[in-house]
Amino acid sequence: MAEDIKVDSILDCKGLVCPEPIVKTNIAIKKLQVGQVLVMESTDAGATSDMHSWAKRTGHQLLKEEAAGNVLKFYVKKMK
Amino acid sequence: MTEKPKRIALIASKGTLDMAYPPLILATAAIAMDMEAGIFFTFYGLDIINKHKYNSLKVPPLGNPAMPVPMPNILGALPGMTAMATMMMKSWMSKANVASIPKLLDMAREGGVRMIGCQMTMDVMGVKKEDLIDGIEIGGAATFLDFAVDANISLFV
Repeated sequence: MAEDIKVDSILDCKGLVCPEPIVKTNIAIKKLQVGQVLVMESTDAGATSDMHSWAKRTGHQLLKEEAAGNVLKFYVKKMK
Repeated sequence: MTEKPKRIALIASKGTLDMAYPPLILATAAIAMDMEAGIFFTFYGLDIINKHKYNSLKVPPLGNPAMPVPMPNILGALPGMTAMATMMMKSWMSKANVASIPKLLDMAREGGVRMIGCQMTMDVMGVKKEDLIDGIEIGGAATFLDFAVDANISLFV
């Protein structure tokens, strides 16, 4: 079994569409300490591509992605 | 390491509902990606930040062959067709839970998007600073160019 990721904060973006998931993710990550992990939950099919681009550009680390039904979960570690 | 932030400079020149979205979505997304963003609102684009109009922007069916209901385009000229097209678009957007224009403007302001109203077209169209929403600075072409000259992305909408 994969090691469990300690989650510090959960952000519910279910039902929201572009650009709100990344806007809210970026606001939420600023409230965390470096090294802490945010889970963003989204039902937006475009979120996968957007979260990869967001992580690449902001420098935060996308640790893991999960899908349960139509809910996508993105585990993001604050890097700076 | 302090790298200069990336920047997007946008011009919003149209006052229809469908053309109000792209600059606001790109600007708010840019802020979310730790970029700087600025929008220059000119000509009919001023309606997007006009507090008497921004909640009632319309979709033009005339000359818009992408309207989903198959009908001769000229029918778009009939009275009531613009209202109908606008109602349809607003109903789809609300079903898809797309943020409204006022909400996107709030997000833009909170995120620090630099929003510039074009002085010259305000004068031409009789728009006063009091007609505009809060948080708008007024300037001209040089104001926008001074911001855009250091931009990585610049788009005209």
